[in-house]
Amino acid sequence: MGRTMAAKIWEDHVVAAHEGEPDLLYVDLHLVHEVTSPQAFESLRLSNRRVRRPDLTVATMDHDVPTRGGRAAADEIAERQMSALEENCRREGIALFGMGSSRQGIVHVIGPELGLSQPGLLIVCGDSHTSTHGAFGALAFGIGTSEVEHVLATQCLRQRRPKVMAVTVEGELPLGVTAKDVALGIIGRIGVEGGRGHVIEYRGSTIRALSMEGRMTVCNMTIEGGARAGMIAPDETTFTYLKGREHAPRGAQWEQALSRWGTLPTDADARFDAEVSIDAAQLEPYVTWGTNPGQSVPVTSRVPAPRTETDERALRYMALEPGTAIESIPIDRVFIGSCTNARLEDLRIAASVVRGHSVHPKVRAMVVPGSASVKRQAESEGLDAIFREAGFEWRDAGCSMCLGMNADILGPGERCASTSNRNFEGRQGSGGRTHLVSPPMAAAAAIAGHLIDVRAFS
Amino acid sequence: MDPFTRVTGVLAPLDRADIDTDQIIPKQFLKRIERSGYGPFLFYDWRRQGDFILDRPEYRGAQVLVTGANFGCGSSREHAPWSLLDAGFRAVIAPSFADIFKSNSFRCGLLPVELPDEAVRQLIELALQEPGMEITVDLERQRVAAGGFEASFALDPFFRECLLNGWDEVALTLRQDAAIARYEATRPGWLPISR
Ligand code: SF4
Repeated sequence: MGRTMAAKIWEDHVVAAHEGEPDLLYVDLHLVHEVTSPQAFESLRLSNRRVRRPDLTVATMDHDVPTRGGRAAADEIAERQMSALEENCRREGIALFGMGSSRQGIVHVIGPELGLSQPGLLIVCGDSHTSTHGAFGALAFGIGTSEVEHVLATQCLRQRRPKVMAVTVEGELPLGVTAKDVALGIIGRIGVEGGRGHVIEYRGSTIRALSMEGRMTVCNMTIEGGARAGMIAPDETTFTYLKGREHAPRGAQWEQALSRWGTLPTDADARFDAEVSIDAAQLEPYVTWGTNPGQSVPVTSRVPAPRTETDERALRYMALEPGTAIESIPIDRVFIGSCTNARLEDLRIAASVVRGHSVHPKVRAMVVPGSASVKRQAESEGLDAIFREAGFEWRDAGCSMCLGMNADILGPGERCASTSNRNFEGRQGSGGRTHLVSPPMAAAAAIAGHLIDVRAFS
Repeated sequence: MDPFTRVTGVLAPLDRADIDTDQIIPKQFLKRIERSGYGPFLFYDWRRQGDFILDRPEYRGAQVLVTGANFGCGSSREHAPWSLLDAGFRAVIAPSFADIFKSNSFRCGLLPVELPDEAVRQLIELALQEPGMEITVDLERQRVAAGGFEASFALDPFFRECLLNGWDEVALTLRQDAAIARYEATRPGWLPISR
């Protein structure tokens, strides 16, 4: 019987397999950031161990960097984390793209940008949205700090083999429906726990038709459906994206890589442990109304009646009444950013909505590019001018208000249309209320001052 | 990691499903560069709202938490199990745990115990009706006992061994150095390097 792509990549990385034990897997690329690594480096040092493969390790600063005012604007503790990362990388000889580097950015934006995230690789990072890199046909998942330490010391990881779920989306996406809506639609369908214990392989014509940016958005949100990794088979779109990037193979090596990548897709006769299929025509622009990413409805509908205690709590926290039209919900803030939706394509589509309009006087809106490189490209296309003229703040790259570890946070009770990935209580600031949406929907909301169907927006 | 064999202590109930790691330990407390000191910030926002169940005197010093499904979903922050450990918890009982949270817990010495829905419901009721009630979680026998309640639980045998012995997983892997080096020798030359 044939094998799934996940199985092929897994089997390619087994260093040792012992009866009754999890497999020992080799890690091709280990991405590191300032928040989940200091304790790992510290333990390493205390046990007199070194980083085994600094050449397979890349670090950046993203989670708590200030997005304006440069490094001087960082608070004392953030500064301590950044200095710790610098010191750790210097000692161990790890490449670091710190603040001010032309390659700095959100870890899941720069890996692909630099051509480091490639098909067939096993990629890990102390961050749950590592699933993003699966868009390239890699097996990529988030790990905790103890595992970060383990990878630093051994370049390996002990893992039980997960099951594989196929999520197939077929058909053309309706107008105004983006990759973000595909992701929210899938999570709405399988639930926030639906993918637990699984790797998800996204398949079908809708997925094939997505750009690499769109595929990254879909894979990024995989963890919100409970699965640690999401992946998409590599194809021409993948190869075209990779070719010529800084760390992509070149010349004869490109040819070798291509022939290997061609063997990765799931065999026609492979079997999945679970299968879900979704008709793209049924998808709509979604808005989350609650406090987990599974609690979403089409923008044209109403806040649903609670079915569980979790729903009731969520409605209380969000200060929403069942039956309220989603489009009537006023907002205070707009955040266009995060590893889900802050790549060039996202900024372009948001800018196309914003062009010629102004941000509603009651709304404070900001755009935080996913990386320094995205920022430069956007500026060279004049996107920054469109946003600024409309009244958006145009910031430096970082995670920013996706998790609010820096100064970019919601105040208590503030309501935000956000292109990020988590609407958990307090995620964007204690007492803040988050509605997850796509970039064009966020842009339209900024202008209208309330949640609004981007399809009806002009 | 300290070995875990058996713990007997107060059972504290937190009757909610899908508790994410942002609730367990909000991001403003992730800026420490140590593994300890997170206990006071456990469930920070909920505590701050007042009358939080875990702050009731009967549940003070609790060592076992019983809670709803999909506990620990969201971010990969190991600060979540660290903060539970730091606050004195040694085990969490729930119908299910998010994958990364479970893996992190095993690796830092917090025991995640999965029991069926009805059993968890029963334990939550028990803890609510008899506040301060003690429970025993026995990893060796893979059993949970409290008052008249008893149940056995399944667990990954590898991580059971690690927890029982307090093994350092890195040290275990370093013993396989030869196998790692052999694998490395087979990696094709075109794979990316960071420099
Ligand atoms: S942008 Fe948000 S989700 Fe992505 S890595 Fe940063 S904090 Fe995590």
